[in-house]
Amino acid sequence: MNEMTEASKSTTTTRISSFLLLVVFITLALSLVALILSVTIIGENSDAAWVLLLLGLLGVAISTYVLVQTRRRLSKLKIVVPPVTTTIECKKCGIKNVREFQRGDYIFKETEPCQKCSDKMLITAIYREVKEKEKERFPF
Amino acid sequence: MGAQTKLAQFGDTSVTWILNILFYVIFVVFIFYGQRIQMYVMLREVEVSLYKLKFIKEEGRKIAVETIKEIGKPQADPTDRVDRFMEYFTIAPQNLDPAGVVWKLEHILDVRDTRFKDEVKAMAPASDETQVNNLENTLEAASALNFIYKVIRHYYLLGKKTLSLYVIMQIQMILPLVMREAEAYASALKAFAYGQPIGDGAGALVAARLMHGHETRKIAKDCVVATVPYEGRTAFVIKAEGPGGNVGKPGDAVKAIIEENEGKIATVIMIDAALKLEGEELGEVAEGVGAAIGGPGVDQYKIEDSLLKYHISINAVVIKEDIGDAVSPLRKEIFDSTDKVLERVKQVVLDKTKEGDKVIIAGIGNTIGMGQ
Repeated sequence: MNEMTEASKSTTTTRISSFLLLVVFITLALSLVALILSVTIIGENSDAAWVLLLLGLLGVAISTYVLVQTRRRLSKLKIVVPPVTTTIECKKCGIKNVREFQRGDYIFKETEPCQKCSDKMLITAIYREVKEKEKERFPF
Repeated sequence: MGAQTKLAQFGDTSVTWILNILFYVIFVVFIFYGQRIQMYVMLREVEVSLYKLKFIKEEGRKIAVETIKEIGKPQADPTDRVDRFMEYFTIAPQNLDPAGVVWKLEHILDVRDTRFKDEVKAMAPASDETQVNNLENTLEAASALNFIYKVIRHYYLLGKKTLSLYVIMQIQMILPLVMREAEAYASALKAFAYGQPIGDGAGALVAARLMHGHETRKIAKDCVVATVPYEGRTAFVIKAEGPGGNVGKPGDAVKAIIEENEGKIATVIMIDAALKLEGEELGEVAEGVGAAIGGPGVDQYKIEDSLLKYHISINAVVIKEDIGDAVSPLRKEIFDSTDKVLERVKQVVLDKTKEGDKVIIAGIGNTIGMGQ
């Protein structure tokens, strides 16, 4: 059981290029300066203020997008182990147990005796259930 | 305050001029360097996927080494042997003269199988037969990931070196499919390491359900058969021997049963997992004719050859699933579909044979995590 829980933990790499981070943060800082300047001079020179505002917004948008994309890429780097369940049944009295898969389980393996009738129980199913996102509707 | 004054003096004309020049510069740059920019974007995309592939490959290697250490209890560190295993290759036989190529291919595959098993036994001396099979499957999945990574890296570096748009483009175009396959192998690794049933074993599961409770005997290498009374007929139910991960030699098994019964077999029904097309439901059951079996083709050839000799009809029932579901732990939808398959098999037997006939029902696929 323990090994499954351990395996379920995802591993991620934490390597982000420091150069990329530097460029992103410089762009972000310059864009913020441009935004502040544009607000300050809007009364005196509206054309220059608009240009600065545009450049500032563009810079903030691009650097935020790059940062978000990098984070998303890192979070995708993992091997996800879906939980697998084992169904154990007593053929005699029909008792059914469902538990997490354990190493050594296989379909049609005889396991521990039934608590009710002491007959040997049998693994009848091993599968994983995937909760699907709502499917996109296609007309075909 | 000084900076503000200067910016305030920035006249209307200057701004227009700067924007105009900027526009023309961008225009000219895109005319001359548009393709190169596109190429760099593609290279970057391949690079990102390559990072991901490298991570998956390293994880695969780590899982393989850890599983061997845990199950096999080796005295020495198996890492070097695992690395060597991941580089193994198999050379397909020469087919300039195609006559007899099937037997040559079979021989090479047998040699490969024996070599792999010996190698795994040496790496994991404490493992039993079932665990050896599971470890072999784990190592094969790790090896497949290593191969995918190397091929993509090859094209990436070649593209970077030659700066050829077409070299980069061809790899960038198939990248989503390659990544899907790599992710499928990554989930297969864990399933093999733990000995969990996989989607590919759907056919073997149906056979296991039919033969459970009946006596089985070994009929071919890694294959068992059970003689089951079925709807007034005699069914020879064949599957690979579980619960270790192997596919057996169903070609030899079907041939042996046909020969044992001197060709007096009314029909052969093969059950296997089949790749579904996008839009088809997972676990959908379809019926047809022909030998439903994948792999390198040796078993399909042997089955078709035996059937032809005695003019026996062949029916196929398949369970639809995609490549990811085929190699990852068995999904509930596929498990549930085995009930539908059993119904279809029963219908085929009732329709195509009469009471007292003998039929062969072969469940094809990797039997990992399935007994009999």
